[in-house]
Amino acid sequence: MNTNDLGEVVERATKKLLELAVIELPIGVENALRGALKKEQNLIAKAQLTSMIENIEIARSKRLPICQDTGIQMFHITLGEDFPVKSKLQKIVQRSVQKATSEIPLRPNAVHPITRVNSSDNTGIHVPYIEWCIQPGTKMNIEVIPKGFGSENMSRLRMLSPGQGMKAVKEFLLDSVLEAGGKNCPPTIIGLGLGLGVDGVMRLGRKAALRPLPLRNEHPEIADLEAELLRLVNETGIGPMGLGGKTTALAVNIELGHTHTASLPVAVVFQCWAARRSEANIYSNGCVEFVSHEVKEW
Amino acid sequence: MVEYLFTSPLKESDVRKLRVRDIVYVSGNVFTARDEAHHRALKWAEDGKKLPINLTGLPMYHCGPLARKDDGTWNIISAGPTTSSRMELYESDFIKQFEIPMIVGKGGMGQRTTEAMMNHGAVYAAFPGGTGALAAQSIIGVEKVFWLDLGMPEALWYLRVEHFGPLTIAIDSHGNNLYDSLYEEFKVNIAELKQKM
Repeated sequence: MNTNDLGEVVERATKKLLELAVIELPIGVENALRGALKKEQNLIAKAQLTSMIENIEIARSKRLPICQDTGIQMFHITLGEDFPVKSKLQKIVQRSVQKATSEIPLRPNAVHPITRVNSSDNTGIHVPYIEWCIQPGTKMNIEVIPKGFGSENMSRLRMLSPGQGMKAVKEFLLDSVLEAGGKNCPPTIIGLGLGLGVDGVMRLGRKAALRPLPLRNEHPEIADLEAELLRLVNETGIGPMGLGGKTTALAVNIELGHTHTASLPVAVVFQCWAARRSEANIYSNGCVEFVSHEVKEW
Repeated sequence: MVEYLFTSPLKESDVRKLRVRDIVYVSGNVFTARDEAHHRALKWAEDGKKLPINLTGLPMYHCGPLARKDDGTWNIISAGPTTSSRMELYESDFIKQFEIPMIVGKGGMGQRTTEAMMNHGAVYAAFPGGTGALAAQSIIGVEKVFWLDLGMPEALWYLRVEHFGPLTIAIDSHGNNLYDSLYEEFKVNIAELKQKM
C-alpha cells in the first residue's frame, strides 16, 4: 500500500479509536464496577454504582460519549521502524482529533493556559499529546486515551527521602486518596509510580493507571503489593463518588524504575471510573486490528 | 431519607424542607455554570450590568455539556457534573447575588458555601460523576446558550430538564454538609490504618 493511502487508513483508524474509547468502556472496567455493586451495602454507594452501570449501557446502545469530559486526547504510539508512515503521523493524528471533535462529537477542551481561550477543536500547543516509542518491525501500535481532568487534577507527586521508605509511600497514597475524596470520580484506578525522576515517575504512574483491568504487575511480589495497597485504599471507606462505601478504587497498579540513590520519587495518578482507552495495531498493508474492542465493521 | 419531585423555579419553603441524604428529582429550567461563567456573572453584577437571563430560583448545574448543533438547534449529547470544589472561590457570593436555591454537582463544596446555603436557603445536590449519557436523557431541550465565546464547556447553557436525578442532597440549608461529616470519618479510618503499618 502506498504511503498516502496508508496515511488515510491511519487517520480513519485513529478517529474510530477515539469513537470507541469515548463510547464503549473497556469490559474489564465494567466487570469491576458490576463486581463492586455486589459487594456494597451502603444505599448511596449502591445508587452511585447503579447509575454508572446504567450510564455505560445507555452510552453503548445510543452511541453517546460516556462522560461529557472527553478529555485531552493522549496517544501512545509504538512505531515499527519499517512502518512506511513516520514523520507525517503527528499531523495525521491531529487531523483525526479535529474530525472526531466535530463528528463524534468530542467536547472541545483545549485552552491556552494563560489566556484560557478555547481552540474549539481540541488541538493546540503540544495537544493532542503524543508519546512515541520505536521498535523493530513493520506495524504501528496506537493507544488512545481521552483523559478526563477531574481525576487528573487530583494526581500527586512527592519526592520522598530514601530513609522514609515504603511506609511513607503508603501514607502518601492514603493522604492523596483522602484529599481527592469524591472529586476524582471514585472508584478510581490508581497508578502508583515509583522511581526515576520527577517527569519519569509521573509517566510510570500514568502507565500504571492505564493498565487494562484485571491485569496485575508481572512480578509476583509487586502484584502482592498492589493487592495490599488496594485493600488499604478500600478500607478508608471513601467509596463511590466519595459518599461512603467499600469501593474507593477498582485497582492499584504499580510501575517502577530505578532511581537516584538520593531519592524515592512517588507518583499517584488517578484514573476515574470512566477509564476509557482503546488500542489497535495497524499493519503496513493497511490492515487494522482493534485490540481493545470488538469491531465487526468500520 | 425522603424522595421529592420539584419543578423549577424552586421556592425557598421547598428547599428548606430538604435534609442531607434526601433524594430529589427536578423538572423545569436549570442553567449550567463553571469557573468562567461564575467569574463573568459576578463581574457583570459588580459593574451593574444585567445578565442575559434572570437566574433567581433556578437550579445551577456545575456542568460543561457536550453539545452538537443539528440544523440550527443545539442538542445535549452528554452532560454529567463537573468537580464543584473549583467553584468554592465564587459560590457564596454567587448564591447571595443571584438567589440560587440549588446547586447540582459532584465531589462537594466547602465551609463558605455551606454557610451561604444556610443563610440564603439553598442546597447542594450530588449527581454521580461521569454519568454524562445518563444525565443527557433527562435534558429535553436547550432554551438558549449564552457566552459561547468562553468555549462550549464554560458557556452558560439554559436548559429544560425532566425528572433530572436522582440527586442526593449532600449539603442542606441547615448547616449539614455530608462531605464534611464523611471526611471526619475517613480521616479517623486513615489514622487507624497508618497506626497499624
